[in-house]
Amino acid sequence: MSDTEQPSTMAPRLDPVITLDAKFFWDNAAKGKFVAQRCRECGSFRFPPRPMCPECHALDPEIVELSGRGTVYSFINPQHPRPVGFKDFPVVALIEVEEGFRIVSNLEGVAFEDVRPGMAVQVDFAPTMKGKQVPVFRPVGEE
Amino acid sequence: MARTFREAAIAGIGQTEFSKASKRSELQLAAECSKAALDDAGIHPSEVDGMITFTLDGSDEVHLSRCLGVKDLAYTTRIPGGGAAAVATVYQAMAMVNAGLCETVLIWRAMNERSQYRFGQPITMEAAFQPGNGTGSLLWCMPFGAQTPATWEALAAQRYMQKYGATNEDFGRLSVVQRRYASTNPAAWFYEKPITLEEHQASRWIAAPVLRMFDCCQESDGGVALVVTSLERARDLKQAAVRITGACQSIPRDNEVISNYFHRGDLADMPEARGTASRLWAQTGMKPQDMSLAMLYDAFTPVVFRQLEAFGFCGPGEAADFIKDGHIDQEGSLPVNTNGGLIGEAYIHGMNNITEAVRQIRGTAANQVRDADHALVSSGMAGAILSRD
Repeated sequence: MSDTEQPSTMAPRLDPVITLDAKFFWDNAAKGKFVAQRCRECGSFRFPPRPMCPECHALDPEIVELSGRGTVYSFINPQHPRPVGFKDFPVVALIEVEEGFRIVSNLEGVAFEDVRPGMAVQVDFAPTMKGKQVPVFRPVGEE
Repeated sequence: MARTFREAAIAGIGQTEFSKASKRSELQLAAECSKAALDDAGIHPSEVDGMITFTLDGSDEVHLSRCLGVKDLAYTTRIPGGGAAAVATVYQAMAMVNAGLCETVLIWRAMNERSQYRFGQPITMEAAFQPGNGTGSLLWCMPFGAQTPATWEALAAQRYMQKYGATNEDFGRLSVVQRRYASTNPAAWFYEKPITLEEHQASRWIAAPVLRMFDCCQESDGGVALVVTSLERARDLKQAAVRITGACQSIPRDNEVISNYFHRGDLADMPEARGTASRLWAQTGMKPQDMSLAMLYDAFTPVVFRQLEAFGFCGPGEAADFIKDGHIDQEGSLPVNTNGGLIGEAYIHGMNNITEAVRQIRGTAANQVRDADHALVSSGMAGAILSRD
């Protein structure tokens, strides 16, 4: 960990580690789109990304934009060691997305003390160090 | 060697000192603990014909076998899944002996996990993203500040707290018990250093509202080794044979180690431990009440809660009361982690909890449990029952 200050124009958040099977996810996130794989044969969503549908074993899934709506499943406030890429302790949460899977993300625009299980949230995007974006979530109705 | 079924046993155990700075290479630690385990069994190192460790171990089979002068190695393998590999090493050694394919299987795990690298610090585990370690989904955590094992565990355990109303103070009671065990175990890093619940509650938050510092295992340097052979041969060796009554692995659909969020089940549950439990009880015909003690992988306190429930020692959500009521104490119905565990003794990736079970069955443990006939050893995705011969 380094205490070196980032230039103010640069986001401190770590870039995602991008694998070939998940490149579509991060390419879309960089454009502000929250997407997932859906099987062309049986229509089931899958996450984390993978090349084959576990239900019918088809390859070549559709990449579809999700509603961006979800609910808070669980949430924590990591404090020590201080998470890399954050000025304040982040709210890390598991979000259950409307399409039926969980994803690790951050809750923004809400204090840790005010987070509740089942809270309705909506996707937003946050920049990373080298100009990528990651999906984060905000309480519905929060400006 | 005839390929007929043979019962397997643990014939030898060995370890280095547990420290925060071993001041020597991981290979040297591996060689020292391996030699100690073979000496304990009374088997010449050259006779090793099988070698098993974790995918994450830093020493090479060939380099270690060169140290030991192994004359003809018949089998090697490595197990993925971080610490979940711990008891799986015993399972696979048992299977090789059962099948008549190996006579002397050496299991080792040696690490400078404090002085050379630290699992508890962010972004030090590049290996965690690489295929073959069973932990590839961790990359979905890193940009969000979930960068340590404590944060990954806390995301699941927070759901457990929601569902059952468990508190960090409940988790603290387990830590207090384990530190009490460690305080009377001369091999433990926290020997003669018990803690009170108040001290637990005053320790800093690692991941609020789930884990404080004293809910976390240590970061340690050290090595641990086991020698597995046939029960028949073990009976003629130096130590009392410790029978491997049963052992198995279980990785249910969509489960993975630590960042285990992507299956359809409730995260208050531990499906992999539940799978291990049902397979182990079915394989052996035994039940929770038959166990004299349990050594449950304790990277963090809540993992022990979920294992107690998954193995059926208490009902879902009842672990807090089970611990509060003294069941896991030395005189309780099921002493747990009697060496102090990974929290109190040392973190040798779960392997030092297996050697403790062996000592308990032999009757040579620092905190000896009365009438220790059967010990359950669990690393979540793998479990074993070790028994008096």
